[in-house]
Amino acid sequence: MSALIWILGALIVMAGAGWLLRAVGQKVTNNAPKWRDMPFAVAFGYVVAAAAILAVLYAFVQAYSSDPIVANTYFYAWFVIVSFIFFAVVAWLFRLLGRAVGTAGSRKLFRQMPLTASFGIITILVYAFVAIFADFLAPFAQDAFPGAINVAPGGDPATGGDPNYLLGTDKRGGDILSRIIYGAQNTVGIAFITTLLAFFIGGTLGFLAAIGGGWIDQVLSRGIDVLMAIPSLIFSLLLMTIALVWADGNATFITVSMIIIIAVIDSTRVFRLSRAVGLGIVVMDYIEAARLRGEKFGYVMFREILPNATAPLLAEFGLRFCFVFLTIASLSFLGVGIQAPLADWGSMVRDGAPFIQNLSIINQEWVLQADEATLEMIGIDKMVRQASLPLIPAAAIALLTVAVNFVVDWMLHRSSGLKE
Amino acid sequence: MGSILRIILQRLALGVLTLIIVSLVIFAAVNALPGSFATAILGQAATPEAVAAMEQTLGLDKPAVTRYFSWLFAAVQGDFGTSLSQANFASFAGSVADTGVTVADTLAPRFRNTLFLAGLTALIAVPVAVTLGVLAALYRNSAFDRATNIFTLSSISSPEFFMAYVLILFLAVLNPWLPSLSNISDDMTLGERVRTSMLPALTLTLIVTAHMMRMTRAAIINLLASPYIEMARLKGMSPFRVIVKHALPNALAPIVNVIALNLAYLITGVVVIEVVFVYPGIGQLFVDSVKTRDIPVVQACCLIFAAAYILLNLLADVLSIISNPRLRHPK
Repeated sequence: MSALIWILGALIVMAGAGWLLRAVGQKVTNNAPKWRDMPFAVAFGYVVAAAAILAVLYAFVQAYSSDPIVANTYFYAWFVIVSFIFFAVVAWLFRLLGRAVGTAGSRKLFRQMPLTASFGIITILVYAFVAIFADFLAPFAQDAFPGAINVAPGGDPATGGDPNYLLGTDKRGGDILSRIIYGAQNTVGIAFITTLLAFFIGGTLGFLAAIGGGWIDQVLSRGIDVLMAIPSLIFSLLLMTIALVWADGNATFITVSMIIIIAVIDSTRVFRLSRAVGLGIVVMDYIEAARLRGEKFGYVMFREILPNATAPLLAEFGLRFCFVFLTIASLSFLGVGIQAPLADWGSMVRDGAPFIQNLSIINQEWVLQADEATLEMIGIDKMVRQASLPLIPAAAIALLTVAVNFVVDWMLHRSSGLKE
Repeated sequence: MGSILRIILQRLALGVLTLIIVSLVIFAAVNALPGSFATAILGQAATPEAVAAMEQTLGLDKPAVTRYFSWLFAAVQGDFGTSLSQANFASFAGSVADTGVTVADTLAPRFRNTLFLAGLTALIAVPVAVTLGVLAALYRNSAFDRATNIFTLSSISSPEFFMAYVLILFLAVLNPWLPSLSNISDDMTLGERVRTSMLPALTLTLIVTAHMMRMTRAAIINLLASPYIEMARLKGMSPFRVIVKHALPNALAPIVNVIALNLAYLITGVVVIEVVFVYPGIGQLFVDSVKTRDIPVVQACCLIFAAAYILLNLLADVLSIISNPRLRHPK
């Protein structure tokens, strides 16, 4: 309740400050048009933005505080700020690079590119690189347990780390960095295969419905309607239950059936799109001509319709990939997705989750009043860093989906002709 | 008026038909399980005689069609059968039907909790989303618009558990403002309940708001090129009044539609969130039952989720017809 009062109080103070800012601006600049016509909301917005920047600066400075509790409390805020700046700089440099090298066409593309899209492209490239060369990049095998258990991330022995395990180790001694790198191969690779399969099934059926028409179209469309009426995560969980019973502990069987289940469920969405796109193409004259030539069904589907439907299907592929990737991650997080010994991000999040709860010790009265020696004994630095164990793989998932969405958003914005 | 009623009844009939077919799909999927249900319940004690006796008690010796209809009719009356884990205990006592604890008993309080969470989320998310959407449309292409665009796109696309753990870290662990685990009991006051459910509700709000806000913004911007908006501007109306008085009422149909769709998403999106926060809702029960392969519970949860989803989609459909005269009087 007191938090609510604080928020309300802060809003009222900021509203007053906004009004004051506008009044002072009008006085000082002698009613210049910018200040005279400024709506109150804009002035308020300036104040809120200023307050936000001040809060960020405050958190950044607090992370260097000499009090270990305060410094540790602001450690994550500091980390978020630094990585945000890092990503922005990387995206900016990448765009600069793209503007300097390459063909005239690609240089033009990079000139009009917003920073978000350039961030998305570089991130996707890095992920693809890591996924393909995981075997060379990872310091340890994914099913090896080389080290001591529960080493903190960071690699600094002073904070409970170990330079050999940059991101620490899990509760069985597996190296987190290696598992993250192999996770890129497994999680992203499986999601990619699943999406391809979904497009193969959905695309084929969709074009089939579009070309065939009549009762084929009716049967397929109504069947898909029913499948789409069940929420997809719920449906995949139901089918996974059955797969789990059939598998009887066989990890490969579970993974393969998960790929098939998610592909089938997701192909319903692809079906909708490819049928709609296909219907627009089927009425064209060149399809008529191909039919009159006596071309076979398969020829019409793959040589006449498919090449003309590539663009919308490609944009959809990005979004579908994100969706499939998130579903797989969620299933693995819930414990019914990708199974050990394959390293996978979703289950890593679940395994690391208790470390966050452990950290809530940092708020207890006796810890807040403890001296440095006691804090050293509790290993507060180590606990703070270990709380990132679920966050590292979760962030790895989030980074990729956000990147793909940024790129797709930019592509859609471009293809819509920059209207508004 | 008669035509609206007819359209609504048509949609309703279609929804019921879909639900029946969905229940058929669920039933068929569960019947694809290997081995007999009775063997699963009896476990170690599965002698042929015991299995036969159990099958007779549960009606498993009847043909699939009969079983489907008896399951469906029972489910419509709120009887989802006996949970497998409960039946396990009961099998030692020798009977299944008299345990007293049925799936429906387990589900009812959890379903209420889930509805409470979804309702709380909607209460926060809808006003915030519409306000932000109007503001983003008003100040489109400004720094504010671009910042919210990046923020909402990120929060839509990141996984729910990432958001959840980040919020736990910052709002519950590093700063002790809200409880990170939701222990809900029946004797809590409303205030306590809201407080314990706040963090899961906030996480869901982040995800749902982003989508609703983007749709609100798009719906309003779509209208801004219309002649009557031009007219209002030429009259000298302030941009804020143009949007709130002229654009917003006409954009209401798509906005209401997207709100209903997001509520449907809420009902199913709670699954992961409830697991993260150990929130005693139907989603957590569902995941637990999937892991323990408790088929009757899985079946019942699935049916409830599907029913809620279909119902809210139906609601979205009907609301968009009612709020749009062009759809109300189809040519």
